[in-house]
Amino acid sequence: MTRALVALLLLVLLGTATSAAAACPKTSLADVEDEVMCPVCGVPLGLATEAPQAQRERAFIQREIERCKSKTQIKAELVAQFGDRVLALPPDKGFNLAVYLVPAAIVLAGLAAVTTVALRRRRESRATSNGAAPTTALAGDDAARLEADLERYDL
Amino acid sequence: MVSPLPLAVGVAVIALVALLIYGVNSSGPSRTLDSQLARGEKPAAPKLQLTSLRDGQPKSLTDYRGKVVLLNVWASWCGPCRTESPLLERWHRKMQPLGGTVLGIDTLDIKGDALGFIAKHKLTYPQLNDREGTSIKKLGTAQYPESFLVDKQGRITALQRGPVDETWMRQHVLPLLEPSS
Repeated sequence: MTRALVALLLLVLLGTATSAAAACPKTSLADVEDEVMCPVCGVPLGLATEAPQAQRERAFIQREIERCKSKTQIKAELVAQFGDRVLALPPDKGFNLAVYLVPAAIVLAGLAAVTTVALRRRRESRATSNGAAPTTALAGDDAARLEADLERYDL
Repeated sequence: MVSPLPLAVGVAVIALVALLIYGVNSSGPSRTLDSQLARGEKPAAPKLQLTSLRDGQPKSLTDYRGKVVLLNVWASWCGPCRTESPLLERWHRKMQPLGGTVLGIDTLDIKGDALGFIAKHKLTYPQLNDREGTSIKKLGTAQYPESFLVDKQGRITALQRGPVDETWMRQHVLPLLEPSS
């Protein structure tokens, strides 16, 4: 009877531990390190190996991982401790939107400039090959000679 | 006539280079206070918008107007801050009955670590927080610890970039605590 009770208790405990582990998000230190900064060092946490503040920050992240927090929750905790500057990429709202919009706008402007130049050159070369817009007019004698040559070769 | 496209590209390149130069120049800490003190001036302490480390309530340096305040910028991960803290606690106890206080400003720190530091070193002086280290930039802070001595009129009379010692405290703090000052 006692053995059966102990076995039952063990099973219940094992079941609880397994379900807790399953519910725990799979967050790793390396995963978070890539996306946050060491505010004192001014570099991403993953690159700040020896700095004392970086080590404290890592210990904090590790504690949060052990408390079963997700990456998003840990990043929110870090923002609560250090402010937005702890994020390697700032949140996409307000003035910070510029971080995402400005590079995109520069790329678009560059593409537009390249396309404009390419189209203009293509138009010019087409016009030249069609003879629609000769670049320079020939003088009277030269024009007559060219005309005669072309007729002679029967092109 | 210059084609508009090369002109626009030229202007964009110049703007980017100017932005880069501005960024590089503005990233260094300000040394205005140091130069003013070196000239014998007593500049007014900047308005620092801080919060209480314990409860997060807004606090300002002006809350301590009329007292001699030794502002000490620190963080729990900073080794020299650990070494310096017993001296600061001793001096706080000495200053308090004479109308003075040490005022800690914890910065770029994990709150739990900072509170642990205070408990471990048995620090009793008031503690404020500059979470992102933005307000203390007005003091030109770039290393930890740093101390700024503010007189009863709210003027900075001395600063120390690095840990303070007994000699510095005697030389700068004691004269301000005298009744005639």
